Amino acid sequence: MDAPIVDHLAVPDIDPEEAKKELLAKYPPKVGRKRSQQIFIKETEGPEEREILANVRTVPGIITQRGCTYAGCKGVILGPTRDIVNITHGPIGCGFYSWLTRRNQTDASAPGAENFIPYAFSTDMQDQDIIFGGEKKLKQAIQEAYDLFKPKAIAIFSTCPVGLIGDDVHAVAREMKALLGINIFGFSCEGYKGVSQSAGHHIANNKIFTEVVGTSETPERTGKFTINMLGEYNIGGDAFEIDRILEKCGITVNATFSGNSTYNDFASAQMADLSCVMCHRSINYVADMLETKYGIPWIKVNFIGAHATAKSLRRIAQHFGDEALIKRVEEVIAEEMPIVEAALAEIKPRTTGKTAMLFVGGSRAHHYQELFHELGMTTLAAGYEFGHRDDYEGRQVIPSIKVDADSRNIEELHVEADPEKYSPRLTEAEIKAREDAGLKFKEYDGLITDMPKKTMIIDDLNQFESEKLIEMYKPDIFCAGIKEKYSVQKMGVPLKQLHSYDYGGPYAGFVGAVNYYKDIDRMVNSKVWSKVKAPWHADGPELTACFVAG
Amino acid sequence: MALLRHTPAEITVDRTALSINPAKTCQPVGAMYAALGIHGCLPHSHGSQGCCAYHRSALTRHTKEPISAATSSFTEGSSVFGGQANLLTAIQNIFSVYEPEIIAVHTTCLSETIGDDMTQIVEKARAEGKVPEGKHVIYCNTPSYVGSHVTGYSNMVSGMVKNLAKSTGAKNGKVNIIPGFCEPADMAEIKRLALAMDVDANMFPDTSGVLNAPLTGKYEMYPAGGAKVADITSSGDAVGTIGLGQWATAQAAKYLDSEHKVPCQIMGLPFGLEATDAYIYALSKMAGKAVPASIDFERGQVVDVISDYNQYLYGKRVALAGDPDQLIGLTKLLIELDMIPAYVVTGTPGNKFEPAIREIIKGTPAENVTKVKCPGDMFLMHQWIKQEPVDLLIGNTYLKYVARDEDIPLIRHGFPIVDRMGHTYFPTVGYKGALRMIEKILDALLTRRDRDSTETKFELVY
Repeated sequence: MDAPIVDHLAVPDIDPEEAKKELLAKYPPKVGRKRSQQIFIKETEGPEEREILANVRTVPGIITQRGCTYAGCKGVILGPTRDIVNITHGPIGCGFYSWLTRRNQTDASAPGAENFIPYAFSTDMQDQDIIFGGEKKLKQAIQEAYDLFKPKAIAIFSTCPVGLIGDDVHAVAREMKALLGINIFGFSCEGYKGVSQSAGHHIANNKIFTEVVGTSETPERTGKFTINMLGEYNIGGDAFEIDRILEKCGITVNATFSGNSTYNDFASAQMADLSCVMCHRSINYVADMLETKYGIPWIKVNFIGAHATAKSLRRIAQHFGDEALIKRVEEVIAEEMPIVEAALAEIKPRTTGKTAMLFVGGSRAHHYQELFHELGMTTLAAGYEFGHRDDYEGRQVIPSIKVDADSRNIEELHVEADPEKYSPRLTEAEIKAREDAGLKFKEYDGLITDMPKKTMIIDDLNQFESEKLIEMYKPDIFCAGIKEKYSVQKMGVPLKQLHSYDYGGPYAGFVGAVNYYKDIDRMVNSKVWSKVKAPWHADGPELTACFVAG
Repeated sequence: MALLRHTPAEITVDRTALSINPAKTCQPVGAMYAALGIHGCLPHSHGSQGCCAYHRSALTRHTKEPISAATSSFTEGSSVFGGQANLLTAIQNIFSVYEPEIIAVHTTCLSETIGDDMTQIVEKARAEGKVPEGKHVIYCNTPSYVGSHVTGYSNMVSGMVKNLAKSTGAKNGKVNIIPGFCEPADMAEIKRLALAMDVDANMFPDTSGVLNAPLTGKYEMYPAGGAKVADITSSGDAVGTIGLGQWATAQAAKYLDSEHKVPCQIMGLPFGLEATDAYIYALSKMAGKAVPASIDFERGQVVDVISDYNQYLYGKRVALAGDPDQLIGLTKLLIELDMIPAYVVTGTPGNKFEPAIREIIKGTPAENVTKVKCPGDMFLMHQWIKQEPVDLLIGNTYLKYVARDEDIPLIRHGFPIVDRMGHTYFPTVGYKGALRMIEKILDALLTRRDRDSTETKFELVY
């Protein structure tokens, strides 16, 4: 996070300990004990030493925001890649629900460009496939996909029953790869693995790293300053806006993982000179592996918020240490900021002092506080749907995170320097000089550090708690996903979806920030919320009396 | 450039294993939808939590309403050792935290594959006192690798009668009405027609008032609508059951017939004139009520409109994708309008589907034209359209890609519709629904005509 977000004026005068008790009051004791450790009350400004319980199983029967490993693997990480044929191996449902429902924009307008994003491919397993095994059908499906489309790569995604009946999707992938001569790889991303989507991200990223990254030496784009953008999914066209700004600065995005991405972008990712991590949760380990294997350093960036964008651009320029680039970045910021300032001058008076709550994803609940801060709004409570302790407390806690059985199921790759392709981008002296100048490599502070005192940080929020929170704090806007949207809005509180952006956006970068200011202004100031009560209810008995008298 | 640019016109690959752009989804979402049609019910998905998340999202996007449902949240351990502990914990937590009248549990392909015995687990929950006095837990099996979301709906409706229905031996004079897989607006219209007939109707499930609820400033986890548990329980004492839709309702209706001696009549969903006539006639006979003049009036309006606009409808070719009961009804409607149902594709399997469509088109100009595929997918239908185009598409939102690529107007109908409103508020069943469908069809065709006419041929009056 880039600007401290502290505004005590807007925090309601509620004792957070009392609020926490209220949230837990209705639970059976065992559930209450567990949830208690997942609700963290900020006691001081800045970082806190206390632990939050995160990335643990959801309690059965509790209505969670979370999805599954398959959703994280197929939907989030591979979904936005347009030229891979993604075959879901399983009954029809999983393939159907992940068909275009995550909002990935892609630019496939180049002549001859492939775009499989509008298609759902599935083996549509039937009961006889479950009884006798589905490998034969999977092989046949791969053959049919190849015959129809001749894609450059095919990916296979395992659903729950595939893991149970023991279909070896990896063996099938190897066999078909040898037969057809294109890259074919499988993911063991059965929905029951891990405790949330996060496990699916991990499985997807690992496989992309081992099967695809480093297999091409010819990136689509080349330039003097090349970077990989990690953990950016191009929801609402965010990656387009980030690419526009970087290009204007003279920085080339080699590969985005995975927004608007192509197979070759992944395959040539080892050619970039810097990795920039947007969503820490979904991909931090890939940044580490790219550094270990190929010598590419990484920094945490945030393009959500105009000031955060400016700061991230400066960091990238600082990394390359090129005077002309540093100057160009300042010129671009100076050129772009006036539209942001003009929008804020108009909108901020209408949003200042309002309050927000954010319960989404793995970094968004953190990044979007920046935009609310720019609007003069305070975040009263926030938390991650599938974050781990390091996303809350900062990367320094990674060595102390307990590896439980559910995490152990997710493969940890142990990579070493590639004997031929490893090439450190900076000397140790150069790294030290940059660190001395304030640039921090491999660092992420986490959500808790940046939250104001007295606010609540809640992991794996559920429907019951969100209802209670809204009753107690009456925020002006609540940010979550589609499953939460309408229950919150029935309470008269607008809900901003920060997964699909409610089909608005982009919200990244400078143009994106302006879009967001406008959307939030519209949502918190819409007339509709004043119409919830009919006049005869809002005005009480007098109106009735008036009619009686009349 | 075409969005579905990889779809070839010619069918060069005989697909036997790869499904592309399915015209169906899986059982549990249908079961969840049916369960939401019981008042005070919290649906529960017994499996890993992704299924429940997907089903809630799909139903939320379709209805723009809160869809509350719980999950057993299986992890790897429960997948190996069975999900009994998870479900027992879930039942206890749900009754403590969310206080429903009833929990309706459905399985997933995960719990089905490991073979969790729902009867035994629910009995155990009762024996261990995890089901409070006066509260209910019902269940059904919904393996995702059998049938489709329509099958899941059918299984949950059967679960309702199998778990709840009782017969006391004394008839209560009511007619059970089981609507097929259709919108809350359709369920409301089916009920309205029965009330207009002065029939004492007992309809379940009933998602009207639940999945088109008002915004009041208060979140009601259990909105006022829905069939009451007591009414479903009393379905065993009814004078008869009308099931609207073979695929979605026959199982439950036949169960009431064989188990509780409640005679049933299974008919089509009441789309268009003939099917609505059949529904009204069946209600009249079963309840012993005369058809009131108001119904004749509504019916006559539909006939009037068809006669007014016949020239714009006659011979127009339509491609349809969706669920079998709905497609049978829509095909009937199109034939009544002298249109040609050129391609009819469903993903839901069933060997009675093609004969049913063939029977409807027999003796009409469509007889030797119509292509039917069951089970088929939208990729195949798109290939057919590329080979010989149609004037109109009717199906769910996913057809908008075909509509754009081929420049064909689309009427959204079926599940899911995620990019337009209206389906949860305005029925397409009954005579009112027929009027609405005709309006939509004419609007689509005539808007296209206005767009495509030359200046010379541009007309003011249609």
